[in-house]
Amino acid sequence: MKVQQISVFLENKSGRLATLTRTLANENINIRALSIADTTDFGILRLIVDKPDAAYLALKRSGFTVSETSVIAVAIPDHPGGLAGIMDVLAGAKINIEYLYALPEKTPDKALVIFRVERLDDAIQVLQSHGIGVLKGEEVYGL
Amino acid sequence: MIWNRPMESMKRADLEKLQLERLKKTVERVYHNVPAYREKMQAAGLTPMDMQSLEDLRRLPFTVKQDLRDHYPFGLFASPMRDIVRLHASSGTTGNPIVVGYTRRDLDNWSELMARTLTCAGANADSVVQVGYGYGLFTGGLGAHYGAEKVGATVVPISGGNTKRQIKLMQDFGTTILACTPSYALFLAETLQESGIPRDKLRLKAGIFGAEPWTEEMRRELEYRLQITAIDIYGLSEVMGPGVASECPVKNGLHIFEDHFIPEIIDPVTEEPLPYGEKGELVFTTITKEGFPVIRYRTRDISVLHVEPCACGRTHVRMSKVSGRTDDMVIIRGVNVFPSQVESVLLSLGLTEPHYVLVIDRVGTLDTLEVWVEVSEKMFSDEIRSMERIERTIQRELESLLGLTARVRLVEPKSIERSEGKAKRVIDRRKLS
Repeated sequence: MKVQQISVFLENKSGRLATLTRTLANENINIRALSIADTTDFGILRLIVDKPDAAYLALKRSGFTVSETSVIAVAIPDHPGGLAGIMDVLAGAKINIEYLYALPEKTPDKALVIFRVERLDDAIQVLQSHGIGVLKGEEVYGL
Repeated sequence: MIWNRPMESMKRADLEKLQLERLKKTVERVYHNVPAYREKMQAAGLTPMDMQSLEDLRRLPFTVKQDLRDHYPFGLFASPMRDIVRLHASSGTTGNPIVVGYTRRDLDNWSELMARTLTCAGANADSVVQVGYGYGLFTGGLGAHYGAEKVGATVVPISGGNTKRQIKLMQDFGTTILACTPSYALFLAETLQESGIPRDKLRLKAGIFGAEPWTEEMRRELEYRLQITAIDIYGLSEVMGPGVASECPVKNGLHIFEDHFIPEIIDPVTEEPLPYGEKGELVFTTITKEGFPVIRYRTRDISVLHVEPCACGRTHVRMSKVSGRTDDMVIIRGVNVFPSQVESVLLSLGLTEPHYVLVIDRVGTLDTLEVWVEVSEKMFSDEIRSMERIERTIQRELESLLGLTARVRLVEPKSIERSEGKAKRVIDRRKLS
């Protein structure tokens, strides 16, 4: 139920993102989703790709500082209040969210959101017990 | 092991007698052979006859780097050129280079001193010494080279740079002792780690590292990463080159080879000599050199002298690891800052890689200090706040040590320039009129 996310340390200077995406392109790796968190000096790029292990190795070889993080991909009812319902479930279980971002792919009635939470296993369990869809890694990589 | 026990373990009273005898000869030599020294002494109302005790040395004027530049190239040589068999020179990036000349006997003495140094690191005829100091006009390469030959070791004169080859030969030739700058040793260690060569393929036992100030924390880092014993060595071309002082296995300061050099510590501002145990600028007088003797040469290096006996049996005074240079020192908002202080904070926290640079700028009328340091793979977290916590921790430690606000900036690994010789630790962007 967990999805492997690739995180990369990036200095805020021109050309770094270009080098990174070129590295992935050369390995024929497809990006499913990405999000950047940044400060004035540096940013952390988070990526969901179709081949996480290959991406990790390719970036490391190219000298990037990389880590792999487990996140969850949640299918959210695509109507007003859909996300709020999920937040209530997590808040009810006292699970803190570190960050979240949306995947561009969606099904006709569901939006996909990546969550990085504390206590990942508890989060999966509580979401599923409320009938909320948590996607398998392979489902997300193969989107 | 001690290379020259009679000299290195001489009773201090005997040593002082020897020093005085040699000092008298040296002062006579420069007085008669070097007009610049004679004129300075005459201006101070002194003749060689005034050197009646070691204390009388303090009456002689200092020699500074500018004196050496002013008499470029051979003006301070005390031997005729036909007796000079070797020249070395500094890079001269800021004007005329400093040129030093050696007679045959000077080279013999230099080899002897480097043999002592290498013996401190455990070298003997079975050792394979890889000399990664630059060969050429710089004294590091040839100095270590001749010392290693004198010991009877097998010398690998690879010079600086070409890291891949350094590692290949280290492995294939079974190098046991590495001689290079500590910053280059760190770079070699990193490259070794990446190459995935198992440690048992190497026979490396010790390193003699010098030519730039480095900290105890850096020693631990090098000893851990390379699994060797790291020995600090000290020297400067103006005085001899490497081989002025060396740590013994006790690693509690560097023994200054006092049968060849008389050290003093002075207050860099008042120029008053300071007693043993007090921190100040190192000053050297050479007492055996023929080609290029120096009298009370101000090194700009900051250290402390200790005369208490050492467990190794050597009786020569020990200088503490150089904690900085008066000209490496940067003054930021009136606070004296040494790159070595920053290094000790970074290495003792261990949150980042040990590669750093100080960037100083001026915004309006205010000096700013930024410390750029490379993020380490093992401390990297994908949460911004953990990374910011690292920055804040370093910032707080720097602030409490320096008494100055420094902005810490995490940069990508390998983005700070690696040096194959002396590391560049300061970028000063202030435009001072």
